[in-house]
Amino acid sequence: MRRTLLIAMLAFAVTFGGLSLYGQLQRAVANQPLVADLSDHLVGITTGFSGASVLLFGAVDGKGDVAVVVRGPARNLVMHRKSRVLGVWANTHSMTFRGAPGYYAVAASGPLDEIARDRVLARNEIGVDNLKLKLPLNLASPGVAKVWRDALVRNQEEQGLYRTEVQPVSFLGARLFRARLELPANVPTGTYQVQVYLLKNGRIESAQTTPLIVSRIGIEAEIFNFAHNHAAYYGLIAIVVALVAGWLGNAAFKKS
Amino acid sequence: MQIYLPIAEMSVNVFLILGMGGAVGFLSGLFGVGGGFLMTPLLIFIGVPPAVAVGTEANQIVASSVSGVLAHWRRGNVDVKMGLVLMVGGFLGSSLGVWLFSFLRGLGQIDLVISLCYVIFLGIVGGLMLIESIRAMRRRSAATPQRGKLHKHTWLHGLPLKMRFHKSKLYISALLPLSVGFFVGILSAIMGVGGGFIMVPAMIYLLGMPTVVVVGTSLFQIIFVTANVTFLQAYANQTVDIVLALLLLTGAVIGAQFGAKAGAKLHGEQLRGLLALMVLAVCGKLLLDLLITPQDVYSLGLQH
Repeated sequence: MRRTLLIAMLAFAVTFGGLSLYGQLQRAVANQPLVADLSDHLVGITTGFSGASVLLFGAVDGKGDVAVVVRGPARNLVMHRKSRVLGVWANTHSMTFRGAPGYYAVAASGPLDEIARDRVLARNEIGVDNLKLKLPLNLASPGVAKVWRDALVRNQEEQGLYRTEVQPVSFLGARLFRARLELPANVPTGTYQVQVYLLKNGRIESAQTTPLIVSRIGIEAEIFNFAHNHAAYYGLIAIVVALVAGWLGNAAFKKS
Repeated sequence: MQIYLPIAEMSVNVFLILGMGGAVGFLSGLFGVGGGFLMTPLLIFIGVPPAVAVGTEANQIVASSVSGVLAHWRRGNVDVKMGLVLMVGGFLGSSLGVWLFSFLRGLGQIDLVISLCYVIFLGIVGGLMLIESIRAMRRRSAATPQRGKLHKHTWLHGLPLKMRFHKSKLYISALLPLSVGFFVGILSAIMGVGGGFIMVPAMIYLLGMPTVVVVGTSLFQIIFVTANVTFLQAYANQTVDIVLALLLLTGAVIGAQFGAKAGAKLHGEQLRGLLALMVLAVCGKLLLDLLITPQDVYSLGLQH
């Protein structure tokens, strides 16, 4: 009897709580022109990790276009250029791009140049061409810097880390939209920023930023952290494992 | 089946890695070599960062050398004293090698230095072996070979710090094995190899050791030198991938069994000729990569 009562109370609480949550969401949508969220805020790199796909979904108030920019954690990327030295191709020049995103992709509900003005695209770094990858002027003149920049984008694109093609954002009816964000197996770990823009008449009507964390979890994280935090012990364990494995291999060989 | 390597930070196919371990293991069993000089370039070829390839391969060679040395140990074919002297040189050399490796990596020149080391040393060793085995094959049908002097005296025998090595029946300066160990240690750390392919000829021709104890003693000291490289690479650079090493050595242990069986069916000279061709093929591939204009002269370096 008491149990039934408890269940009834629980059911009531859940229903009421759910209803109030739904109400909140509705109010939020009513007040805000743009609401978006990710299906997962944490992408875990596990032993079987071979890339991930995160669903971005949301709603807009009224008509408009949506653009989504995914930026990986900023890092310093070193680029090398080869030239012939004594007949052999060797790295002879290098440039460091400071604060370049480790990953970059764009999704949009239409061609970028049609849904937004050039100035808007440039200011918000929407599209790989608008990504600010600057070199110090004393190291490279604008012309030279462009060649290096193109090389960086080309190399990152080959790795699947910069995506020059704009991915689709699809609308379900007039207000709901969704986009699939694909992360390759070699994504850098860290905190990603997913920026969602609502565009009307080529201008930004509203914007929202959602974080996405890519992190090693489980055994992958343990091995990685152990190797970095207890490097000496890791080295010793690696040696012991090899000694045992070698001995086992020999023992197995003797038997057969 | 994909597996994510925690240190190399890449997703690889388990069967590809096992297969590579097996194939290189087969060849190393067949020819009685360590196989590091095949495995490290292969790992780099499939996209493993060079630093991780070298550190991990050192770890795997520890295992395969232990496996190999036990048989020689039982037969008493290890000159422990000589091995220890070589090892002291090897420790110093490989420590310097790991430091050089980190330094060159920072400069963005490590790929070039690795390739150049491979081209130069594989070229020399492979070339000499090929000439030797062709001569041997020709000689077999001709008259018995002329015996040279059993013991030649050169300036090398005038060096100080003389030591007696009973098992090798040698009375030579300790500086000789020390410097051989030192030199091979440097190469071992930079190239991700055990260095047997240089150590063995150096022992025979430079130190004058009897052939019976050469392979066992070489393997014996390789264990210590590669263990040192493993430790230092793990400690200084965090570039030893235990998961990758375990996958490789699993394949290698199995492959080596079949290789050894196949090797018993072939003649010594034929084996040496085949090995020479393989060494030269790896050398040639790396040399071509250095000479041919790359598709993109720009490449990504370190990220931090």
